[in-house]
Amino acid sequence: MRDVLSVCTYCGCGCGLYLHVENNQVVGASPSRNHPVSRNNLCVKGWHVHEFIHSPDRLSDPLVRKDGRLVPVSWNEALDVAAAGLKGVKERYGPDRIGVLSSAKCSNEENYILQKFTRAVLGTNNIDHCARL
Amino acid sequence: MAGLATTFGSGAMTNSINELDHAQVVLVSGSNTTEAHPQVARRIYGCVDRGAKLIVIDPRRTKIARYADLHLQLRPGTDIPLLNGIMRSIIDENLVDDLFIEMRTENFFAMRDMLLQIDLDQVAATTNVSKCMIRQAARIYAQAQRSVICYCLGVTQHICGTSNVQSYANLAMLTGHVEQEFTGVDPLRGQNNVQGACDMAALPNVLPGYQSLDDPGVRNKFKQSWGVELPKTQGVTLLDMTHGGSVWSEGFEQLPEPIRAMYIMGENPMLSDPGIKHVEATLRDLDFLVVADIFLTETAVLADVVFPAASFAEKIGTVTNSERRVQLMNQAITPVGNSRTDDKIIAGIASRFGYDMEYESSAEIMEEICLLTPLYGGMYHDRLKGSWGLQWPCSDRTHDGTQYLHKYSFTRGRGRFEPGDHVEPAEPLSEEYPFLLITGRAYHHYHTGTMTRRSHTLVREHDRPYIDMHPEDGKRLGLQRGDMVQVDSRRGTCNFTVKLTDQMAPGELYCDFHFHEAPVNTLTISCSDPVARCPEFKICAVKAEKVAL
Ligand code: SF4
Repeated sequence: MRDVLSVCTYCGCGCGLYLHVENNQVVGASPSRNHPVSRNNLCVKGWHVHEFIHSPDRLSDPLVRKDGRLVPVSWNEALDVAAAGLKGVKERYGPDRIGVLSSAKCSNEENYILQKFTRAVLGTNNIDHCARL
Repeated sequence: MAGLATTFGSGAMTNSINELDHAQVVLVSGSNTTEAHPQVARRIYGCVDRGAKLIVIDPRRTKIARYADLHLQLRPGTDIPLLNGIMRSIIDENLVDDLFIEMRTENFFAMRDMLLQIDLDQVAATTNVSKCMIRQAARIYAQAQRSVICYCLGVTQHICGTSNVQSYANLAMLTGHVEQEFTGVDPLRGQNNVQGACDMAALPNVLPGYQSLDDPGVRNKFKQSWGVELPKTQGVTLLDMTHGGSVWSEGFEQLPEPIRAMYIMGENPMLSDPGIKHVEATLRDLDFLVVADIFLTETAVLADVVFPAASFAEKIGTVTNSERRVQLMNQAITPVGNSRTDDKIIAGIASRFGYDMEYESSAEIMEEICLLTPLYGGMYHDRLKGSWGLQWPCSDRTHDGTQYLHKYSFTRGRGRFEPGDHVEPAEPLSEEYPFLLITGRAYHHYHTGTMTRRSHTLVREHDRPYIDMHPEDGKRLGLQRGDMVQVDSRRGTCNFTVKLTDQMAPGELYCDFHFHEAPVNTLTISCSDPVARCPEFKICAVKAEKVAL
């Protein structure tokens, strides 16, 4: 079993915790002893933070709507359709008719990349996230 | 967090969580800390054990309120008059920190003139808190050396959210309770990386690190790095996207050019946004919708394209907690199924636009952030790796991070007093809708429940939507613990299992929004604060009835 240092994803306290990994599966979580916030302690959400990771409901393949239904497709096809759809709206109506929602559950790097994509590629400042919610 | 930003120049927690250990007075407001921020609550209980005084401002008698020396159980939505009352008492008793006001703040005279017109009897009548308690709170808070204010969404999610926040900032400046260790104003962030999403400028009006969109120097810096000219006009906010579009809802200005396509990463506005019916109509009416998420959420089922995203255990990256601590998450496993990290998904789309966004690793992305963002100037992954993270501002590789903000001067220079007026809640009670519904979050669940509800332990603890009601109201409606009640507002209907508890004041109800079976946001109003665009989630008028089985 390997222990991997990570950060709890359930609230703004940001407890440091170890994920216990066996055969590429996260099987448990426990607090980091010296972490300044967790100090060897987690709340109930932190102790069980790993449980959703291997849920059978996890999305595995990209989906594209065909004849009204979402069907699994390859990554290439899904990315093509997504890019074409966004391009279509941008060309028809202009960039400011596209809105982007980022996530307070994603990393800083992902947030940075999404706002860069919005500003540099789509060409609009229409980006926001759910901080207010 | 527009309120704190206009007053202090920065909207983040001024202290570190551990500083709470040494506070002498903690004022907690609109935060069910025990359930929503367990580690902060743990510090507060600890310092109370060591003799600190605790003041809680909350319409509900929450767990933490039971430990309080003073619980101001105000009428929901009356924070501003209550704080004005407390500040008036501070002036009356001469507990003002004149030196601090003189050296570090501006606009004090406007504030004082406003406070001198306040009538404490009137305040007591508006807020339902006695004059004597208001005076006591003022003394406890002002007389201690090290007083800390912690607040949460109970304060910001009101039609007057921005003024609410400013009122707390006013209180702290009036008594000089900022700029030092162990004393300050600390907004507690709900989701784990709200702070980081703001810092990275997932916001329509700023660039990363809160740099101005209009500053030619800043724009040029980004242009050099990104190789394109940045769009000039400010973007629109989340609520304008979901409510000001082609399907437009009352209380909102309709956008002259409504949104026609959306890209949504890891969010579920179908459950989290107020006025869900409008959100659904808007999303359905879009020409094109892309969603990237780890589960097929209520929002994802409406999309034209859905990308399977990797969870936090499947990537390397940083997150920023409430105390501005930027920490590294290590990768535990490879992405589940065929999922990919969000930066890879976005890079794939960008390349189809002919724009290269391939990075070797997320460490390389962070290097670009460090170069462009002074606030994060020293947050290189190799530095974060061997440590517990660094707290911004951290300007370069040699900087050790910042434990508390505004040490010698406020980020904006001088702290600015912003006098605030009482605004009545957007929806008054009526004979037909006599109950006031307050919404919030519960201990065992997180946000829209997409993750926690797939965790069997957490579901075992809390498996269905509950509504809290005072036993007297329960008796009047002929309800017993465990009965089903139907709750209606002018906008929608939800069913809940009732819990009778004296946590609630009579006439007030409380429920959380984690369950799609009871989409609480079909009940709430989509009126929002004009400045911060934070919806008035917390309160609306409803009626309640027993459901016959
Ligand atoms: S363990 Fe609990 S207190 Fe710590 S970050 Fe997770 S949810 Fe928050």
